[in-house]
Amino acid sequence: MNGQSLVTVWGSIAFVSALAVVGEVLIAAGMRQVGDLDEVRARRGLLGTIGAVLSNAKFVMGALCMALNFFAMLFALSVADLSLAAPAIAALTYIGNAFAAKIFLRENVDGRRWLATMFVAFGVALLSR
Amino acid sequence: MKHALRPSQYGVLIAIMLTASVGDSLLSRGMEQVGAVDMHHLGLLWHALFNPYVDAGILLLIGFFACYTTALSWADLTFVMPATAFGYVVIALIGKFWLHEHLSLSRWAGIAMIVCAVGFVAGGPSRTEHEELVQVDAGVAPL
Repeated sequence: MNGQSLVTVWGSIAFVSALAVVGEVLIAAGMRQVGDLDEVRARRGLLGTIGAVLSNAKFVMGALCMALNFFAMLFALSVADLSLAAPAIAALTYIGNAFAAKIFLRENVDGRRWLATMFVAFGVALLSR
Repeated sequence: MKHALRPSQYGVLIAIMLTASVGDSLLSRGMEQVGAVDMHHLGLLWHALFNPYVDAGILLLIGFFACYTTALSWADLTFVMPATAFGYVVIALIGKFWLHEHLSLSRWAGIAMIVCAVGFVAGGPSRTEHEELVQVDAGVAPL
């Protein structure tokens, strides 16, 4: 693999992972604003709940990011081997989500959660070998 | 902090694991029957929509997204993601027992690591609360 293709491969993997992190964090922020869906459904019914979710701007932007992520993933798979791209994207997304959740969602990511995130990232990498 | 999940919320987490893994497996089996899709045979994607395995896979993945967003309405992202990673284990076990694939030692090690990770988060709270977030939930402060 030459230098340019190395940049293309890892650039596309990083881009797909970043889109996934942005999408997941926006969806999580949106759902936090909407509130517990069981309680929302008890108050507003099923259609009202669907309306509340779909009218949340953060949720919609997050879903758009996930849709873009799907097409970016197709591009990444066209320039990188599946055996490299799939575990690398999954692992980077898990670790990126933990950092983003701590910074942007202000979640209390304690040692137990960091350990779980690292174990999942390495576990996924091992499963894909 | 909210430590305890209701039985229905455990059901949502289990549904996330099962719908994602079984949905992916059904899509995989369906696309094997449809054949390889490339730029010169994009029409096969339309043909794939009439494959029952692909249809069932799409339905399950829609269910996955609904359950996933539901879980994020009452749990942290850093709780939901590792807790539902058990789906990878389900996929590996489906591969071994349904598709008769070989599971190498490294894959068994991966399964063990993910099971440990699920154990780590399962023992902690599903949502960590901060004063600002409590105010947001109460509608006092903007997010």
